[in-house]
Amino acid sequence: MKKIRDFLNRFLKGKKCDHGRDQANCCSHEESGAKQLLGRTMGRRNFLRGAAASAGAGASLMAVGPTALLDEKTRQSASLKWEEYFKGNYRVMNKKERLATLKRLEELAKLNRNENIQVSGAEPIPGVLFGYAFNISKCEGYMDCIKACVEENNLDRDSNMQYIKVFEMDHGKINLENGDAAYFHEVPQDDKFYIGTQCMHCENPPCVPVCPTGATWKEQDGIVVVDYDWCIGCRYCEAACPYWARRFNWGEPHVPAEQINPNQHYLGNRKKSKGSMEKCHFCVQRTRKGENPACVDACPTGARVFGNILDPNSDIRYIIENKKVFRLKEELGTEPKFWYYMD
Amino acid sequence: MRIFYRQFTNFFFDCLRYSLTGERIYHLWMGFLTFLMLMGAGLYLIQLDQGLIVTGMNDYVSWGLYISNFTFLVGLAAAAVMLVLPAYIFSDVDFHKVVLIGEGVAVGALFMCLAFVTVDMGGPHRLWHLIPKIGYFNWPESMLAWDVIVLNGYLLLNMFIPMYILFQRYHGRVPNKKFYLPFVFLSIFWALGIHLVTAFLYAGLPARPFWNNSLLGPRFLASAFAGGPAFILVLLGAVKKFSQFKVDTEVINKLAIIITAAAQINLIMLGSELFKEFYNPTEHSASAMYLFFGIGKLNALVPWIWTSIILNILVTVTLTFHRFRKNPYILYPACALLFIAIWIDKGMGLIIPGFIPSPLHEYVEYHPTLIEIGISIGIWGMGLFILSILVRLGFAIDQGFLRKSEDS
Repeated sequence: MKKIRDFLNRFLKGKKCDHGRDQANCCSHEESGAKQLLGRTMGRRNFLRGAAASAGAGASLMAVGPTALLDEKTRQSASLKWEEYFKGNYRVMNKKERLATLKRLEELAKLNRNENIQVSGAEPIPGVLFGYAFNISKCEGYMDCIKACVEENNLDRDSNMQYIKVFEMDHGKINLENGDAAYFHEVPQDDKFYIGTQCMHCENPPCVPVCPTGATWKEQDGIVVVDYDWCIGCRYCEAACPYWARRFNWGEPHVPAEQINPNQHYLGNRKKSKGSMEKCHFCVQRTRKGENPACVDACPTGARVFGNILDPNSDIRYIIENKKVFRLKEELGTEPKFWYYMD
Repeated sequence: MRIFYRQFTNFFFDCLRYSLTGERIYHLWMGFLTFLMLMGAGLYLIQLDQGLIVTGMNDYVSWGLYISNFTFLVGLAAAAVMLVLPAYIFSDVDFHKVVLIGEGVAVGALFMCLAFVTVDMGGPHRLWHLIPKIGYFNWPESMLAWDVIVLNGYLLLNMFIPMYILFQRYHGRVPNKKFYLPFVFLSIFWALGIHLVTAFLYAGLPARPFWNNSLLGPRFLASAFAGGPAFILVLLGAVKKFSQFKVDTEVINKLAIIITAAAQINLIMLGSELFKEFYNPTEHSASAMYLFFGIGKLNALVPWIWTSIILNILVTVTLTFHRFRKNPYILYPACALLFIAIWIDKGMGLIIPGFIPSPLHEYVEYHPTLIEIGISIGIWGMGLFILSILVRLGFAIDQGFLRKSEDS
């Protein structure tokens, strides 16, 4: 024991450094270097950029040596991945940082998976607040909405992930307790009616404040989004959602290359990694371009209506004002922007 | 500063040396725990590679064995306060001797808590996102952010206080009360804090009616103050039997009274919960219905919860009688059973039924996988490993087996 202590004492006090002098005297420049670093007022972004730049330098250094082992593609991909790892929360990124990550994601998709994708960062349109209405008397339970949603949003095919659920209900009760979302038979059925659920995009979303890293938030146009790369996968939001709208990537999500939808959005249908949360985002990649969500366009009975509730001439506004509408679990005070009505 | 540095290295290396030497039974025990840790680490590598898909969790039951154990262990960590409170505040001499044990248990339990939360994360490599300024720490909104603060703070407090006391004792000095008592007071309030914050984590979710009740926090406290000291009492019994250290019978008697009182209060609260759920059951009683009676063929939790309830009642009634409580052949098994009953109660009986049925009233059961169980056992091994070292050091220094040697 005493030997160990002596050795450590020698090691700590009298170690000669590479330059042949006492470490304490010789390597003081290191300390001053650290002081310089600390003395500089360094913002988080500068720090991250510095880290990313040095990583890039590291990658190129590696390439100087065993060039035969590391081809251009691998090196580039490693460097991009490193920069992606150190990027910030999308909500607090500035415009330049946002554009940079969008570009990196496109390049990485090309390099690693040979996919030609466009990742948009389209922002909310001023004066727009999205809302959704579901006509219970029209829905016949065809589930075309689910299929369209899976294809549009590049949802994991291995685990059969779905954002939308359609409950088959017996007449006489409207409580979901009596619904069956696992029905498997020909529709329509005379003695049944159907209720679809998905993310309700609450005005007071209970899933948002619980997130310890602020990886999920409500955008100006009312869409509740997730930064898939900032999520640490604690699943607190999944426990907090009263509408069971959130889905977790328990394994590595997988979509066959030929089925990829290349028109993507950072907060929407881009590729997710294992261990991150996702959910319905009102097809942000479509709706911020003025299109309908995929589920609305796919519905064969016209049971689904989507639009800007601030626009007095929109269909959704007409329905809210003239039909007898209700929302699920209104007593919780979540103010969902997803209305149900009957003709 | 230099002197302090040398004193500290002496202290550290002496503690290290003491921890590496010992009786045969000590080495066997530590070797066994090391085996458990290695097994857990190996299985965790599989989970890191394939994702949480290797566990039994799914989108319906999205927290399982890991968070159940975490919740229970927060209680074990906070239980140290039941030893600290009488020892420091009331200057109770008997308790003074075991208070270091209580704090050792707290440190071991907190390391397990942090490990259980970490293995539950989908992206552990992204945990740096929680660092304020560099990342985005959603405090004070998120109760989970509060939990990160209170757990780490409690860990620091419980490492610092005993370390200071032991450091002084090791050098043959009397610890300065004026210096360390403020930290002790802080740690008492902090212990209540880690408990209430963890309870609020669940109680703050209107989406889960089973958790969304105001009794959750107080019941957490009551069950922790029964289960935690029960664990410490069994530990003291083991120390008394298997080691050279002395444990006063008076300490064990007083601890038994604390356990009994807390277990009684816990039963009253359990009764009032059961009354509310079943006297006039509403839609919000669905989870309790599932937990206690099962729904149709789905009844995986029924045997667990009834085991827990029967043990709870049996032990509480037994300990209430002085004659039984004072008989060591009854006291130790009773405390071990109480510990198990509360572990079931906080795990199988609280976290998992909160997810069944889902908020859209779908019933999907949860069965942990072998990998999940193996990782959990590995973490328990790690906690017991840390605890064994700390408790042994605490006893050794406090009872004069380990002191600064003359030559150094």
